[in-house]
Amino acid sequence: MNPNVQFDFIADKQKNTLTIRREFLAERALVWRCYTESELLDRWFAPAPLSTKTKSMDFREGGHWHYAMVEPNGTEYWGLMDYIKIEPVNYYTALDAFSNAAGEINQDLPRAEWLVTFTDKNENALVETVVTYKSLSDLETVIQMGMEQGMISTLEKLDELLLSLVSGDM
Amino acid sequence: MRRDIFQAIADPTRRAIIALIALHAMTPNAIAEHFATTRQAVSKHLKILTECELVKPEQRGREIYYQLEIDKMKEIDKWLEQFRQIWESRFEQLDQLLASIKKK
Repeated sequence: MNPNVQFDFIADKQKNTLTIRREFLAERALVWRCYTESELLDRWFAPAPLSTKTKSMDFREGGHWHYAMVEPNGTEYWGLMDYIKIEPVNYYTALDAFSNAAGEINQDLPRAEWLVTFTDKNENALVETVVTYKSLSDLETVIQMGMEQGMISTLEKLDELLLSLVSGDM
Repeated sequence: MRRDIFQAIADPTRRAIIALIALHAMTPNAIAEHFATTRQAVSKHLKILTECELVKPEQRGREIYYQLEIDKMKEIDKWLEQFRQIWESRFEQLDQLLASIKKK
């Protein structure tokens, strides 16, 4: 990771929130687009080695993003993000969910509320994501899902991959 | 019965008990002195914490001392650390994407 950009990851076990702050070397309007246009979301949202596939995207209040994170072997994990409030280039709020390919929400798995705020930090953009769970056990469930889906175990290889990507870029 | 570790630490009294015995093992009576609740209530909390394997009772002579299981506490942070890595991975991909858009 670029050591010169801000990255905070704060878990508040009493409020059941995760606060994630990250600075990006780009102007705010561009970062906003990467968060709100499906063609761009598809290129970064799923952690490597998974890829993102959008089924439908309707970025407006009351709209949703229906997408899958896809394993290299083709296994799909579907998710649904319901957009609640949107104030372009400043913030949006949403409610996430696990779903199936038809977009039906899995009621057995926890949903979390997202508040994503975009601000300027000099010439860069700062994005703050506050994810609120109903309880800490909800958070545990979500993390365990991540483990089962192989999202976490493969991450050790990522640093290597990124290094090769970066050096290949230059 | 297998209890949920996160449920265990969600309760403020149990969190206080954990903080208290983090320094050294204590008897239920010594723990109860720190709380306005009854000795029975403290015992109930200790039972839950024991079932989660967050604390371990140890018989010393006629007394039972409760001590913290540090490794179990670390497990919680391990979970969070793994979650952190997912976000880090995402953001590194977004860095790449932003860089490639700016180049155009």
